[in-house]
Amino acid sequence: MEVLVASSTEEICELLTQDHRRQLLAGGTDFMVEVNYRHRSPSSVIAIDRVPELRNWRHDGDSVLIGSCVTYREIERGPLATLVPALAQAARTVGSPQIRNAGTIGGNIGTASPAGDMIPVLSALGATISLMSSEGKREVSLEDLIIGVKKTSLRESEFIESIRVPVLEGPQEFLKVGSRSAMVISVTSLAFITYPKTQSVGIGLGAVNPTPTRARRAEEFIHDYLDWDKMAVDPSVLVRFKELVSDASSPIDDHRSVASYRRHSVGVLAQRALTRVFSEGEFNV
Amino acid sequence: MTTIESHKVATDSGVGVSAQRPDAIPKVTGEFVFSSDLSSQNMLWGRTLRSPHSSARIRNIDYSEALAISGVHAILTATDVPGKNLFGLDHPDQPVLADDIVRYAGEPIAIVAAEHPEIAAKAIGAINVDFEILTPLVDSEIAITAEPIHPEGNVIRHLEIDYGDPNASGEVIVEGTYEVGMQDQAFMGTESGMAVPSSDGSVDLFISTQWLHSDRNQIIEALDLPEDMVRLTLAGVGGAFGGREDVSMHVHLCMLALHTGRPVKMVYDRNESFLGHVHRHPAKIWYRHHANRDGRIVKVEGKIILDGGAYASTTSAVLANACCFSTGPYNVANAQIEGWGVRTNNPPCGAMRGFGNVQTCFAIEAQMDKVATALNVDPIELRLRNALKTGDKIITGQTITGAAPVKEVITSLAGHPMPEPAEDNLLARPGGTGRTSDQKHIKRGIGFAVSIKNLMFAEGFDDSSEALCRVNDGAVAIHTACVEVGQGFVTLVQQIAEEVLGISDIEIIPADTSIGSAGSTSASRQTWMSGGAVLKACEAVVKNLTEQIEREEGVKFQNIDGTLVSEDGATTIPIEEALRGRSLEEKVVHHHAPTFPLNEKGQGNAHVSFAFAAHRAVVDVDQELGLVRVIEIATSQDVGRILNPLQAVGQIEGGIAQGLGLAVLEELIMKDGVIQNANFTDYLLPTALDTPPIEIASLIEEPEPGAPFGAKGIGEPPTISSTPAIVAAIRDATGLDLRRVPVRPEDIALE
Amino acid sequence: MSDITEPHLMVNGTKFTIDDSWLGESLLYTLREQLGLYGSKNACEQGECGSCSIMFDEALVCSCLVLTGNAVGREIQTIESLAPDGSLSDIQQAFVDVGAIQCGFCTPGLLVTIKDFLESNAEPTDLEIREAISGNLCRCTGYGRIVEAVRVASKASEGTEETLNDND
Repeated sequence: MEVLVASSTEEICELLTQDHRRQLLAGGTDFMVEVNYRHRSPSSVIAIDRVPELRNWRHDGDSVLIGSCVTYREIERGPLATLVPALAQAARTVGSPQIRNAGTIGGNIGTASPAGDMIPVLSALGATISLMSSEGKREVSLEDLIIGVKKTSLRESEFIESIRVPVLEGPQEFLKVGSRSAMVISVTSLAFITYPKTQSVGIGLGAVNPTPTRARRAEEFIHDYLDWDKMAVDPSVLVRFKELVSDASSPIDDHRSVASYRRHSVGVLAQRALTRVFSEGEFNV
Repeated sequence: MTTIESHKVATDSGVGVSAQRPDAIPKVTGEFVFSSDLSSQNMLWGRTLRSPHSSARIRNIDYSEALAISGVHAILTATDVPGKNLFGLDHPDQPVLADDIVRYAGEPIAIVAAEHPEIAAKAIGAINVDFEILTPLVDSEIAITAEPIHPEGNVIRHLEIDYGDPNASGEVIVEGTYEVGMQDQAFMGTESGMAVPSSDGSVDLFISTQWLHSDRNQIIEALDLPEDMVRLTLAGVGGAFGGREDVSMHVHLCMLALHTGRPVKMVYDRNESFLGHVHRHPAKIWYRHHANRDGRIVKVEGKIILDGGAYASTTSAVLANACCFSTGPYNVANAQIEGWGVRTNNPPCGAMRGFGNVQTCFAIEAQMDKVATALNVDPIELRLRNALKTGDKIITGQTITGAAPVKEVITSLAGHPMPEPAEDNLLARPGGTGRTSDQKHIKRGIGFAVSIKNLMFAEGFDDSSEALCRVNDGAVAIHTACVEVGQGFVTLVQQIAEEVLGISDIEIIPADTSIGSAGSTSASRQTWMSGGAVLKACEAVVKNLTEQIEREEGVKFQNIDGTLVSEDGATTIPIEEALRGRSLEEKVVHHHAPTFPLNEKGQGNAHVSFAFAAHRAVVDVDQELGLVRVIEIATSQDVGRILNPLQAVGQIEGGIAQGLGLAVLEELIMKDGVIQNANFTDYLLPTALDTPPIEIASLIEEPEPGAPFGAKGIGEPPTISSTPAIVAAIRDATGLDLRRVPVRPEDIALE
Repeated sequence: MSDITEPHLMVNGTKFTIDDSWLGESLLYTLREQLGLYGSKNACEQGECGSCSIMFDEALVCSCLVLTGNAVGREIQTIESLAPDGSLSDIQQAFVDVGAIQCGFCTPGLLVTIKDFLESNAEPTDLEIREAISGNLCRCTGYGRIVEAVRVASKASEGTEETLNDND
């Protein structure tokens, strides 16, 4: 195996242009599992986790620009955690301390697993992903990037450079169901983001669809039942709200759980996230 | 070559104190040599080709392409097995390498030796096997009468227990069916070892195992070699819990080493480890309890089906345990129990800590709670009213002659204070950092369960143990073949030697087959059997020493607390002093009291001794999401005598964690006989956040007659009633019936 | 661009020259089978057990998930570095003293993890300890004595006597 250690994004572009089959290695937390169990045997690898531009993040007005090789640990703690709390909450649930030190947000997106913990948050945040190649950069939505189970629309010689998300505007919640108290792949997860400025919410669903999904009908529905001054919700619609969220999911049976439970639990997560942020009762139309 | 070194350690504590492990320091520095750490010059790497199918005929194996890969030194199949192509822990019914048929997904078909593990893996991938895929038999009930999938038939054992009056009945009748999923031992150190051939055609095998001699006896049959040509030495073991009792890579390694003339090392990766050892028997259990309003259990009827998978392993003995103890630690006057250990195309099942008692305890304790409800009696009171005691009979007609402080175990635990209310903390709630559950979603439940476990092997098996105590110019060395899997036997050896000989500087000779069998490290037996052998060997040395001194001094001596005192009181010599400059050696074999087979009615004095434990679980449940958090587990256990308090606590805490795993986390998921989650991503072991603080309410020390130091085995009881206690607590919190373990979120949330 | 010429690894302060053919191995494999540093263990090779934990450029990671080729030029500290002159570190001694070792397979990974943890959290609560070691699986001990060892090593507890007095 040829291992090339990149020190800049230009280098990555160049190396990929030379040979687009070269595989990118960031934290290795998905990649190396495949290599160790021989599901993947690349002949040439570009290690990108030392590229400064990819390791940094910056606060850019009302958004945050996060380099694709920023680790879960960096997202979980420190200043990023205050700027995008739901992302930090999600990062804390990934794997173990060892995994969080190595794994990256770009890797989570690139692996494109339906259970990826960053994905529902990025979805609810309306994240845009910057893709780079020697042809230049382009921005895509998360939904346009992850197009199937473990499938992205990345072009040949293209890589994930950064992720742009809005800075915290109002309360944010991330909830994840797993069978164990730590180190567990999501059975169901949900991100709930409030946008007080536009009096709207974003609800991202995790592990219940093949691709990133918002519960858009539920988002639209609940709009009429939220009092943003009192931060209250009409309790009589909570059941309908739950149904709409569940309806936005098309989960499967697998060795981790059953579809019926996933459907049920994603609705419950939505209700809980909602009522954590908006108190029940005291609602005046 | 990295060798297995003798441990030479100083300790100044005898039996009863928390003496330090002799291997503690190498284990914390990373220098301790596990079987996967072995290395040798000129070493090759072995690897195994396994069947992906749970049932298939092998039409042809073509490994020509694989053999042509540079760096591949050998590819061997069934036809290369020099001796008998059959092995088995109980009796030989399993091929060393599959011949014309494979009976489970994971069954070994071919083995490869190559220069590098990657080359070996590549070779495995290049072997072409032409399979005719068959429909697997995966239902254990259907298996009883289905077409046999093995020449020995599908019923590995059928057992009936007919005790008391079959027509007895009670005023209240409670029926229930229960299910236990397949648990895995999941020891951390995967299967590994190294075989080193000698030019005379003999072979040395360095291996992780639980029973060197049983392995050796099976290996020599397969290799068609005499005993002295196959020498086993124990390599460092990374846990066992029953999963290493069966032969795994042993014959394969020896075959490759002898064939290539080079040392061969093999290490299973985690995925292969799941395929490479037996698992806990899944069980389907039906009970009908008859009780009277005075709270006495009058009769128990039961049917138990254990899915033994493709090969017999220890299914026969596991079934016997499940049936013999199917009525729990209770004095039941009448019992009609029928059990089957059946063969299917599921992965083979065998020993796992608790060994049959686990499965029936889950069901019987659920029944006891139901009976309590039906009688309107407190569940703990019900257990007290029926608790076994010394002098009672179990349902095989055997009278318990040893210690049976069941009532004390129950009352001491029932009286233990509940956990203090704790400050709310995200990390302690169901869902943890998943932030699923707030206090208002959570309800607390409490559950209680009691268990019985038999110690040592049963039904007439003479699982003796041999020990050698050698004094060489005053330096003491002790040798047994007792396998140390982490339980702390090596510490006990030091403590016994210190106790008897007063010597703190002991050499523990590595366990190997140059000494006689120590029996298996299982069945909670090694303290009693190998500890007993070591005790006797040391005592024999003292006797021999005393006789020598008596001859020299011309006067009789007595051993008073480690000092030899002459009859006239004029001469006193501490034993350790007396041993200086002397060389003596004593080898003894220690047997337990004989046991007997069960007759056709399941009656017989089949067991040596019994140990009892009780567990109380406190759980928090988020019922809407079905998430459970175990908050505390408290226990009382009947231990006979504590020989090393810290090690005892370690066994109890570790066993309870495994019981917790079975209750809420661990199951091998099967689809048509193929394991779907043979990895740690999806076979969920408890982490430090899942395992709660363990409260030891009481360790009841009622010395066991016939047991060295009066000590009972401690290892298995913690895994037995911990599981039903947790499920009982979940029932308490939710009001749900919960007939199956492990309990999954959907079992709670969707009811 | 830095490609690998004369590759070497810096492990526990020592420079080891490595072969080109090792670049595609996991660092765990290289440490063990090539460099003879067998202290780090392989219990899963998937990042799910923590038995291969090392310090990698001062971050705690699973060495099974590091590609050796990407470990060149990085600072690697393994279990072997905890007691360089033979005298045990506090956490190692605590493990020995409180019975936190049974089979010992998980022990090296735990020690590396805990040493790193205590450097940033000197007086942890029990739950903080448990979260910190939640990536290290142990099958023998049930974690009770391990948590106790961390308490002892952190000197935030009253010691081991309390635990033993609770028995009977």
